[in-house]
Amino acid sequence: MVAFRLPRGSQVRPGRRVPAPDGARNVREFRVYRYSPDSGEPPQLDSFEVDLDRSGPMVLDALIEIKNSLDSTLAFRRSCREGVCGSCAMNIDGTNTLACTKAIDDVRGPVKVYPLPHMPVIKDLVPDLTDAYAQYALVEPWMKTESPPPAKERLQSEEDRRKLDGLYECILCFCCSTSCPSYWWNGDRYLGPATLLQAARWLQDSRDEAAGERLDALEDPFRLYRCHTIMNCTKTCPKGLNPARAISDIKRRIQQRR
Amino acid sequence: MPDPTRRPLSPHLSVYRPEITSVLSILHRLSGLFLALGMVALAAFLGAAAAGQAAFEVATSALGSLIGCAFLVAVSVAFFYHLANGVRHLCWDAGFGFEMANVRRSGWFVVGLTAVLTVLFWLGVSAS
Repeated sequence: MVAFRLPRGSQVRPGRRVPAPDGARNVREFRVYRYSPDSGEPPQLDSFEVDLDRSGPMVLDALIEIKNSLDSTLAFRRSCREGVCGSCAMNIDGTNTLACTKAIDDVRGPVKVYPLPHMPVIKDLVPDLTDAYAQYALVEPWMKTESPPPAKERLQSEEDRRKLDGLYECILCFCCSTSCPSYWWNGDRYLGPATLLQAARWLQDSRDEAAGERLDALEDPFRLYRCHTIMNCTKTCPKGLNPARAISDIKRRIQQRR
Repeated sequence: MPDPTRRPLSPHLSVYRPEITSVLSILHRLSGLFLALGMVALAAFLGAAAAGQAAFEVATSALGSLIGCAFLVAVSVAFFYHLANGVRHLCWDAGFGFEMANVRRSGWFVVGLTAVLTVLFWLGVSAS
């Protein structure tokens, strides 16, 4: 349901101010969303002064510097630090992206860091992605076949393989789904751009033999058709993919089979 | 004892940057809603015209007032925006124009076209 205001207990209050260590000269302010399930307190926005001379160039580097030098209780996900794992997806400077590929210099003013929007927060910048993963599982993201398996593997022409370009690169960071107002209001029933891009990826695969069954599962006023081509997904994708086009392809496939 | 399963909802509308994508999208919906209001006004105007000269004069003077004129201009803006952006949506539904550069271009084109069509329309009205 559409709810513009955050529920009581989710509204963010002003938080602490943590100054840079003495002697810091290249200081940048980071405003970071904090919530701890242990305190029982509502979320707050803490302000950290980060010495950029002690940090790498990316927002993730600054978060690591905060955790190392200013507040070791700060929680966030990170792994590859080079944009291939999708762990450090968060809302930085008003848009969803990967902290590891977002340069601090690209942000003007204080760097505001929030968890992925409209998600339950486990702690600080760590959202609960359980529902998003369950939706991903719903589209059965694996190859389904009925024909007897060939002696070796199922081959694919180079041309058919190229049809997966722009789809297979998705790292499931859910930046797109959590940028989508439609997913904000109907995320319990609308599958969202990340999952629908994956659905399109298996529909597009020349080796998959379950297209009809997949389209049946998607043809639903909510699962698929809550996409109103707002295009925030494509605008925000840190991998430069185009979920909006993938969803449009699914809609047209459903029209064409009638 | 705090309940760890009652998780707060992360901020969304209040922290997400207004993008050309989302702003033009919500304007499409709002202009559609406003046009529905315009249809009510049109029906009321036609009803007044059918009711007789006295009612018709009340209706024309209401629409001719400053507020009435502002309302008519707003309806015309909503109409041309909804028309132009509706064609943009038809292009998307047909599978064209999804590249981010083209989304930006077509978005600003729709905004410009709305302004041009509105000005031309009212120039035409004032000339007739």
